[in-house]
Amino acid sequence: MSPEANTDRKVRVVIAKPGLDGHDRGAKVMAAAFRDAGFEVIYLGLRQTPESIVEAALQEDADVIALSILSGAHMTLFQRVLKLMKENSLDDVLLTGGGIISDEDIEALEEMGTGRIFGPGTSTQEPIRYIREWVGENRPV
Amino acid sequence: MSKRTPKPNGHDAYRSGYGSFAEDRKRWEEQVYQPRRRFRKDGITFSTVSSQEVPHIVGPEYFEENRWDPRERLAWPGEYPYTRGIHPTMYRGRLWTMRQFAGFGTPEETNQRYKYLLEQGQTGLSVAFDLPTLMGYDADDPLSEGEVGICGVSVSCREDMDILFDGIDMGEVTTSMTINGPAAIIWAFFIAAAERKGIPRAKLAGTLQNDILKEFIAQKEFIFPPEPSVKLVVDTIEFATKEMPKWNSVSVSGYHIREAGSTAAQELAFTLMDGFCYIEETLKRGLDIDSFAPRISHFFNSHIDFFEEIGKFRAARRIYADRMRNRYNAEKERSWLLRFHTQTAGCSLTAQQPENNIVRTATEALAAVLGGTQSLHTNSLDETLALPSEKAVTIALRTQQILAYETGVANSMDPLGGSYYVEWMTDKMEEDARDYMRRIEEMGGVVAGIENGFFQKEIARAAYTHQQELDREERLIVGVNAFEHKNEKIEIPILKVGEHVARQQVQRLADVRARRDDAKVEETLNALRRACENDDNVMPYLIECAHADVTMGEMVREMEAVYGTYVETAYF
Repeated sequence: MSPEANTDRKVRVVIAKPGLDGHDRGAKVMAAAFRDAGFEVIYLGLRQTPESIVEAALQEDADVIALSILSGAHMTLFQRVLKLMKENSLDDVLLTGGGIISDEDIEALEEMGTGRIFGPGTSTQEPIRYIREWVGENRPV
Repeated sequence: MSKRTPKPNGHDAYRSGYGSFAEDRKRWEEQVYQPRRRFRKDGITFSTVSSQEVPHIVGPEYFEENRWDPRERLAWPGEYPYTRGIHPTMYRGRLWTMRQFAGFGTPEETNQRYKYLLEQGQTGLSVAFDLPTLMGYDADDPLSEGEVGICGVSVSCREDMDILFDGIDMGEVTTSMTINGPAAIIWAFFIAAAERKGIPRAKLAGTLQNDILKEFIAQKEFIFPPEPSVKLVVDTIEFATKEMPKWNSVSVSGYHIREAGSTAAQELAFTLMDGFCYIEETLKRGLDIDSFAPRISHFFNSHIDFFEEIGKFRAARRIYADRMRNRYNAEKERSWLLRFHTQTAGCSLTAQQPENNIVRTATEALAAVLGGTQSLHTNSLDETLALPSEKAVTIALRTQQILAYETGVANSMDPLGGSYYVEWMTDKMEEDARDYMRRIEEMGGVVAGIENGFFQKEIARAAYTHQQELDREERLIVGVNAFEHKNEKIEIPILKVGEHVARQQVQRLADVRARRDDAKVEETLNALRRACENDDNVMPYLIECAHADVTMGEMVREMEAVYGTYVETAYF
């Protein structure tokens, strides 16, 4: 893609639910909110493996990977996605997400190197603002 | 003391006895309401949590205009159409069953929790399984990594079930099991475990959730495609009818549909239609409606909008009785009765200021009781974050006991019956649900609706609408988008599941695999495969597998080879 074609490109977000958890209400609400905010949404859906998520981010040239996890398996799953991102040199891609995740775990995840993680009760506008800012600073066109 | 002379007003005119209720309503609107009405300026919607507009008041004109006959719309408790309740004595005869859903970690740990709950006065057990179990994976499957014992108890083989019910009289306590995709397999483990203790299967009483259609619609824990999945449900219905007269083979569930974001009317309509689908498929197999219908139960959500929920429960009984009697020509009265379990709404709880969840849950539980539920699970205050702590579970159970024994709400039957607003709400729920039911039938039924994404789209839209209302602050949730504590740290004792769980479960599977008779495993699995290919009822074959220590994952893979798997198209 030429730089010119890039100037008005949309923010590209891959949304996925890793693991076995089928609770996709939050992921779908965020997909709709991102869409309405003008983002390009690549919704991978349920039961994604860390491998399939990172592969999709590579293929789709995503700016952001957003994971939704409500099963309690977030520590394991974020860590594995992060590791695969490093291995594939996706250092300039944001890994963010949300779910039923306590403050303590959110701190631990962010320290581990994820972007911001959003707990229950977050407005859809907060991650949208965050992603816009992050992409503006880290992946300027 | 000066004596006040009453001013003449509309009330006197009404008392003097002229005019219809509609005229009187009109008079009140014009003379009292319109001139003096004022509205709060906070921008908060007056619609229900389902975004349903409601009238500012309902009065006697509603009954008058609709030729509303209580003998037809309500009757009496224990009488068709059962709007006022399914039993002639309701809670005077028997309180609802207080059934708290529980399960975590190893079967040993959950077994301890069950014994604790039974000691605390709980009257039935309800098993929560972990995600690998719900999805049909053994604890040692690579896909189970990180999820063993997290969301519930891990059960991969019959021996896990033996331990889960160790020291608990399986023939006395009723057991509800929340399992869908591999429901028939888990049931086979349960039956085999009981048989090993010398309890005949006919003596077992309990409920299998076993509602696969709502998995495709909402919760997404399916294994096989819709058609063979429904076939398996019919297998369990047939088996229960013939061999286990005290077992509720299906608990047709709206709970998860609602949690996924549906409205109350969608929950009602989609749930009832799922149940009717199982009924119609079972009829096609040649069973008599009255032989199995009395063993089908339902499971609804009780959300935070008090009157909407009460209307939903009352409407559910009325629609069900009508359809069972007039469409399926059931003759036994028991076939007409919609019996249901209720769980308060997990999605209404907040991680912020979690103590407030006690109040939410109490309100929702009250709606369920006033709506005539047969059993109830009250959520624990810490459930938005993790599995509940023992203290939180106890408060949730105490909430039910306070409602039952202190508040007096269970003393008189259907105490809200005849309330203008509650009857309007009940009628509205029925009307909206019937409208959806017609649309689903026109598109070719529930399976067709799943395949064309109808349900998924409807629910996704409702969930997004709700979220937008919250984002715009047209709807408030205390502690979340209003009345927040700044910089609140979430500090509640949370039950953490230890890493020993996966290790122990994997080890047990290894021991079971090493010890069992491999020839017997192969023989029972081959028989299962043939039963699937020949479209026979698989239950007897699954029970044989369970006795032979075949694991769940092994049975699922065998069945998948015949039935295939399913990948959904996502809609948002």
